[in-house]
Amino acid sequence: MTSATVAASRRRAVRRRRVHLPRVGLHVFLIATAVVWLAPILWAVFTSLRPYADTNEHGYVSFPHSLSFTNYKNAWIQGDIGTHFVNSIIITLPAIALVLLFAASVAFVVSRLSFWFNVPMLIFFMAANLLPQQVILTPLYRMYLEIPLPTWMSDSGLMYDSYIGLIAINVAFQTGFCTFVLSNYMKTIPSTLNEAARVDGAGIVRQFFGIILPLCKPALAALATLEFTWIYNDFLWAIVLMSTGDKRPITSSITNLQGVYFTDTNLISAAAVMIALPTIVVFALLQKQFVSGLTLGASKG
Amino acid sequence: MAIDIAADRQTDGVRRRRRAVRLSVRDRIAVAVMVGVPLVVVGGLIWFPTFASVALSFTSWDGIGGLGTIKWVGTENYQQIAEIYPPFWPAFRHNLIWLGFLALIATPFGLLLAYQLDKRIRGTRVYQSIFFLPVVLSLAIIGFIWQLVYSPDQGLINNVIGRTSQSGHLIDWLGDSSINLWAVLVAAGWRHAGYIMILYLAGLKSIDPSLREAAAIDGAGEWHAFRTVIFPALRPINIVVVVITVIEALRAFDIVYIVNRGRNGLELLSILVTDNIIGEASRIGYGSALGAILLVISIVPIVVFVWNSFEEKNVRVFRFTGRRT
Repeated sequence: MTSATVAASRRRAVRRRRVHLPRVGLHVFLIATAVVWLAPILWAVFTSLRPYADTNEHGYVSFPHSLSFTNYKNAWIQGDIGTHFVNSIIITLPAIALVLLFAASVAFVVSRLSFWFNVPMLIFFMAANLLPQQVILTPLYRMYLEIPLPTWMSDSGLMYDSYIGLIAINVAFQTGFCTFVLSNYMKTIPSTLNEAARVDGAGIVRQFFGIILPLCKPALAALATLEFTWIYNDFLWAIVLMSTGDKRPITSSITNLQGVYFTDTNLISAAAVMIALPTIVVFALLQKQFVSGLTLGASKG
Repeated sequence: MAIDIAADRQTDGVRRRRRAVRLSVRDRIAVAVMVGVPLVVVGGLIWFPTFASVALSFTSWDGIGGLGTIKWVGTENYQQIAEIYPPFWPAFRHNLIWLGFLALIATPFGLLLAYQLDKRIRGTRVYQSIFFLPVVLSLAIIGFIWQLVYSPDQGLINNVIGRTSQSGHLIDWLGDSSINLWAVLVAAGWRHAGYIMILYLAGLKSIDPSLREAAAIDGAGEWHAFRTVIFPALRPINIVVVVITVIEALRAFDIVYIVNRGRNGLELLSILVTDNIIGEASRIGYGSALGAILLVISIVPIVVFVWNSFEEKNVRVFRFTGRRT
């Protein structure tokens, strides 16, 4: 070993030692924070697994004498959770598909073709996504009461209180964010690709579906993950634009559940865990997509 | 324009303004459909109601009669809101407190978490997942879960600190109007901090490592290096974070609605808007005026965000092509 490398390794060792002590403090801080962070969720899970009689007798903060899924079964039946889950799927899946289709189409035009209206149009979509929902809520509510739909599309005969109405507003509200992310993403794809296709006689539609869209798969996957969470988690639109309790998606049915379970904390906990589960599972499985979708939106292409 | 230049940029430094490609009739129709349908949906369901909100805010309408019963009242709604509508100023104040809490406590805490987790430490992925977990939950569920935590007799907190009714010192976290806003803010901040952490983690990863090394060689302490080198380098993310924080504070609704429908110390502007349509009195003009007030406030962060995202590109294009467009 030369003296230089010895000196270097000694320096490294010193640095490692110096770094050691604060690291312990850091871990203590992080572990303590993590415990506090998880506490509300774990508390809900813990309470949900304990029979009412057990908590009644021993108090809520006590060693559990028995654990069971009975609360889940009762909460599921009494709250009609299954129906509301189906409602959520009816709204969420078509909405995600439409958001991605619309956003990708606009992003394609904005990023691959040069029109004078590209920038104003991008702003038109982006800004729509940033508005607080309550700005448009009052007129939207009245509009929904005015727009008739055929009864096979909506049993209320109106946009109001219909699945189509909820899908439409979720799509309109979310398209801006996805357009922004996708247009940034598409700009990183070399323009020679679809130019070559154009020379070969491919029209716009084939350039879009055949070449650009398949190349956007990572971004589309990330956005689909995010949009699933956001649309599934929507509360406000369904509360205001859906009056029939049985047709409400699961997240907004919480208001009914509060009445159904009344003060049975154990049942409320079980329902909370069940409603939170789909997004937690999606996050656990697709964490990378989730995070990259968010950060794609925050950083600029 | 930024988009034209973006096309230039891709030809590896050869400056060649792309000629507008002549599109065939079929392609023109395709473009019209691709752009037209989303334009109509977003225009009709977002921008039309936005302008309608402003227009209706100057009218009086119970929303039940037809459009013919709309009466022009000038600024009467705004006057009434400011002068004789009791929940308005409390709601306004609560939104400000909400913003203050997110901006001064939750956001810096998110940055702190990101900064610590960006150091190469063991288990950083596990910590990240834990801190991010609340972000995937809906705010309504968060309200639902925290009700269990705050419940006076059966809740986690009172049982742990021994303040249940048996002890005679019960704390009603969500029912006592002098503390319930803060209790709810803790729940909101719990989610917000994780969100901010993820954004900053991405920002920190993109910082040139040589910057840190330079600061270390200069012998700068950690706090000093952060303040003078790291934080300024995070400028693009900082702007996004500020905008998100402001908009989140304006949108605040779900948690409060779940807890007590936004009464008794938890009034918010968003709640008042909803009250005027799904409450007993349907007052379209009034609700619209409240919406218009929110619009005016939110224009600032929206303009900042849009400006920022396009300015950023212009700067890059400038560097690349040697001219600013």
